[in-house]
Amino acid sequence: MMRLLRQQGWVVGLLALFVVLLVVAKLIQPSYGAGDFGSLVRAVLPYAFAVAAQTVVVIAGGIDLSVAAMMALTSVTAASMMHGASEEYALLVVPFVLALGFGLGALNGALIVFSRVPDIVVTLATLFMLQGAALLVLNAPGGGSAEWLRNLIIGTVPIPGLPDDVTSWFPKALLLLVVLLCVVWIPLKRSRLGLSIYAIGSNQLAAFRSGVPVARTKILAYAFGGLFGAMGGLSLTMSTGIGAPIPGPYLMASVAAVVLGGVVLGGGKGGLLGPIIAVFVLRLARTILTLLAIDPNVTAIVEGTILVAVVMFGAFIAMRSRSR
Amino acid sequence: MSITSTAERAPLGQRMKRFMSDYPLVPLLILLAILILVLQMLSPGIVNQRWIANTVKFAIPLALLAGCQTMTMLTGGIDLSVGTAATMAAFIVATQAVDNPAPVAMMIALIPAVLIGFANGIGVGVFRVHPLIMTLGTSLIGVGCLQVYQRTVIASGAKVPDFLIWLGTGVTGGFPNALLLFIPVAALLLFIQKRTGFGRLLYAIGDNERATRLAGVKYWQVILALYMFSSVLAGIMGLLYMGLIRAPSLSLAEPLVLPSVAAAVIGGTSIFGGRGSYTGTIVGALILTVLTTLLTILQMPEGARRILFGAIILLVTAAYLRIIEDR
Repeated sequence: MMRLLRQQGWVVGLLALFVVLLVVAKLIQPSYGAGDFGSLVRAVLPYAFAVAAQTVVVIAGGIDLSVAAMMALTSVTAASMMHGASEEYALLVVPFVLALGFGLGALNGALIVFSRVPDIVVTLATLFMLQGAALLVLNAPGGGSAEWLRNLIIGTVPIPGLPDDVTSWFPKALLLLVVLLCVVWIPLKRSRLGLSIYAIGSNQLAAFRSGVPVARTKILAYAFGGLFGAMGGLSLTMSTGIGAPIPGPYLMASVAAVVLGGVVLGGGKGGLLGPIIAVFVLRLARTILTLLAIDPNVTAIVEGTILVAVVMFGAFIAMRSRSR
Repeated sequence: MSITSTAERAPLGQRMKRFMSDYPLVPLLILLAILILVLQMLSPGIVNQRWIANTVKFAIPLALLAGCQTMTMLTGGIDLSVGTAATMAAFIVATQAVDNPAPVAMMIALIPAVLIGFANGIGVGVFRVHPLIMTLGTSLIGVGCLQVYQRTVIASGAKVPDFLIWLGTGVTGGFPNALLLFIPVAALLLFIQKRTGFGRLLYAIGDNERATRLAGVKYWQVILALYMFSSVLAGIMGLLYMGLIRAPSLSLAEPLVLPSVAAAVIGGTSIFGGRGSYTGTIVGALILTVLTTLLTILQMPEGARRILFGAIILLVTAAYLRIIEDR
């Protein structure tokens, strides 16, 4: 038990912070309840997938600047394909979009491996290309979404034998998030590939000399990042019902949440749970600022400052651990 | 037969590579000439004195922003907050000029640029955040501040100072007035790069940061000065651009950020630092401006243009990497 606590100390601390913030929200606005929690989770959904995408790539020792553009492209692709189409057709659209994300992510990785240009430059270039592609698919917000897809994240999960005011704290969106992340992440982490991802992030040369296929692992890590990005794009379409070709503020938020979640920029350390809780903490902090009746534009400034401060802190920690 | 021909070709390829890395300007100028030729062929008679003045007029703001990228890239960095710094300067000068005399308004307009540069310099120099992430973050904060500011001045209206309009759009004897600003700035940038100790430090940091620090250079001081310089330059570009566009908006200079990176990369500045010069960047900015005209004539949509720019950055960077590796 103590060992678990020590290993997961950072995550437990974040969880405690999240609970404290929930209490603060409740104190500021006594009517803050299950419904507000549900809308918080729905708002978190795209951020959480962006963070998951960034986490996989950062653990592998890279960084993906194209994550927000990837979400925009997958979102507009889904929205424009589902626009005016039948409900059943959407069953085909979802796997197609996920495969598209996986493929484009793999392309990111392949470009990095074969051009030998650093991650940050390649993904900057693909950021622009994906953005351009999104504009080609749909040059103004539009499209549509299948009804069943939208219903996936609206409402709560009915659990038999529990009273309504307990089940109302389990929004469907939370279930969707947990299931999707677990289905991809747990098998990945337990597999040989997951081990290789941690290995190349920790020390690429050592991993190469121990027989880890560095190139393949890196490509697959970016591919899984792309897959999570596609999920984020789909969740955007789900929650808004349309697709927008202009990328949202997900890049900066994902990097900040990854750092806050205990994943070291530079790779090899950390898990997925920390960053996901961190993104909840960051979103809740924003909700609290809104509850305090602060001008939303000022909220944006405060949020940006928090993100920059977190990233600065993370870089400082990384610098300290390198010099030791 | 085929054996001898490949044996002859290999050293020629080597020589070409060598030549291109020694004189990066020559292939660039050839490319520029080809683009203008294609343009002339697509719509005959378009290339005349007025067109040239117009192209130069629109290339100057881009070249100024690309100057920021050239300077920061020499140290292996990048400055993505230039768009925000320029937009803030432009928006603030247009709104402040209503109540204040033009010089005062311009001074006020440059304050946010100084602050953004300061924050970037501290973040990159002291805390060692990657420049890309740091400048992206400060530009987010800047956009937020601008939106709050916009709400406070929404009633007062906007007015672009006459001097800026004259500077931005005026043409005297076939030469755009903006050259009056651009030539001294370009001379200053080249002087800093080639003749001052500060410039040599920039190249040194980009070449080998560790060695430079071990040699006793105060890394954070150089970086702080560099990012503040870059931001102020972006602010000045914003003032000029305001005079050219004459319509204040909250995303005035944002569309120029990506082309500014592309212009510096095309001009031979290495994104890894230690290589490059502003002369190449100027030609790069001209190439991109002509290319944009060409794409507009071909009616290429905005999306395809972005894809093309992204591909250019990637291809040129990969090509430079190969050239450097061979030496």
